[in-house]
Amino acid sequence: MNFCPQNKIKLAVNNIKKTFEDTPVIKNVSMELHEGEFVSLIGLSGSGKSTIFNIIAGLLLPDEGSVIIDGEEFTGKTGRVSYMYQKDLLLPWKNIIDNASLPLVIKGYRKKDARQEVSGYFPTFGLAGFEHKYPFQLSGGMRQRAALMRTFFFSKDIMLLDEPFGGLDAITRSRMQDWLLEVLPALNSSVLFITHDIEEAILLSDRIYILTDRPARVKEELRVPLPKARTREITTTGEFNEIKKYIFSIL
Amino acid sequence: MPKKSVNIANKLVPWLFLILIGLLWQLVVDRGLIQRFILPSPWDILATLLRIFPEIKVHLMTTIREALLGLFIAVILSLTLALLMDSFPLMKKAVYPVLIVSQTIPAIVLAPLFALWFGFGELPKIIIVVLVCFFPVVISLMDGLNSVDPDMINLFRSMGAGQWHLFRHLKLAASMTNFFSGLRIAATYSIMGAVIAEWLGGITGLGVYMIRVKHSYALDKVFAVILIIVALSMLIFKGIAWSENLLMPWRRLLNKNQSEVNSNGQTK
Repeated sequence: MNFCPQNKIKLAVNNIKKTFEDTPVIKNVSMELHEGEFVSLIGLSGSGKSTIFNIIAGLLLPDEGSVIIDGEEFTGKTGRVSYMYQKDLLLPWKNIIDNASLPLVIKGYRKKDARQEVSGYFPTFGLAGFEHKYPFQLSGGMRQRAALMRTFFFSKDIMLLDEPFGGLDAITRSRMQDWLLEVLPALNSSVLFITHDIEEAILLSDRIYILTDRPARVKEELRVPLPKARTREITTTGEFNEIKKYIFSIL
Repeated sequence: MPKKSVNIANKLVPWLFLILIGLLWQLVVDRGLIQRFILPSPWDILATLLRIFPEIKVHLMTTIREALLGLFIAVILSLTLALLMDSFPLMKKAVYPVLIVSQTIPAIVLAPLFALWFGFGELPKIIIVVLVCFFPVVISLMDGLNSVDPDMINLFRSMGAGQWHLFRHLKLAASMTNFFSGLRIAATYSIMGAVIAEWLGGITGLGVYMIRVKHSYALDKVFAVILIIVALSMLIFKGIAWSENLLMPWRRLLNKNQSEVNSNGQTK
């Protein structure tokens, strides 16, 4: 059992506050992400979770507070961590390999080197043989995997995933969860994950932050007391249901 | 029916319709319902076209040169201006409305003025072509640049992309579809613009030739030149469609995908 990862802190959000036109959206949110950890944020939609991501990614400046990555201050600085959306946001005019290698090209890699760098990962992401297909030729699940691949190549160590499976049908979504469970150990990333789906959060996470409605505050921080190596079977255990019940009682 | 023969049949339909109209026209003139000097028959026009082709070659070349050069300059100008307007909001605020209002000035009024200022050579014609072609291209480019998904822009920014990467990998590519639809319109305008400008005064060019033969009531020659103008416009149009496929291979695949989905839907 892996209750508390003693690894070092990859990402820390310290006491951030954000107000949009007199409406407080985030109020004193602090959270941290340890190396190799998978942490979910759950809360009602519109509760400011995406704003927290925008602040971490450096797209928004918080009114107060700071974002520390690997011990360095990154408040309001873009280009360190990227995030993935519910929309795949793949460029329709680039094939999958060029979409996936885009972050490397932006970092200044030559196109050929960038392609070479990403090509080895296609089997891992279940996209082998689709390197030269265009996004519209792929299924929804494959497009999300391609988007995840692009996110991974931007910052391998930290990934922010904003409801990445929210737009998929139930069956594809559960397949994607299974796949993610399988592939995560190989990727070795620390992941911050936004979801509405409580079951998804419990299945995937080491820890869960439950947020309040607007303005967002951390209502409860919860360690998921389940073994780290999981499969879908775990969702039918009594333990799993206990956690689920507990989260529902808080929400 | 197999799909390929359906496609061929679809392409044949307008031609058959055209031939039908031609036959009717021929019949009307042959029966003497309309006199030949008022309306020459399609057969007369084709025969005339072959006969006069050597003598109008020089006019043809002038018009092609003016149209292509004008179109080229218009594209360069609109790319530059659209880029500037996209980068500097103040520029857009100042220029965009003026640009739209400027389109209410008919080019046909400007042509004699340009002849007055720049003489009867090719320069005033090229200017007319540029003015006529510039607008559809710049407007469609601006539409394209404005239609870029803000989430995409945020994604690029989160990855630390600078203005250049944002433009090169996102904005330019995203506005290509719009750009080409504007360019196709501009292409058909280009020949027309050149001919109209020549019509209003010049030394060589299809427009100059047309006004001459019209004055001598050689209507078969007028129609022959119209035929050439149509063919020329179609040729430029095709050339642009071809370069569009070359520059945007994904677009063709996407269309193919969609038409397959559509035709599958129809057969069910």
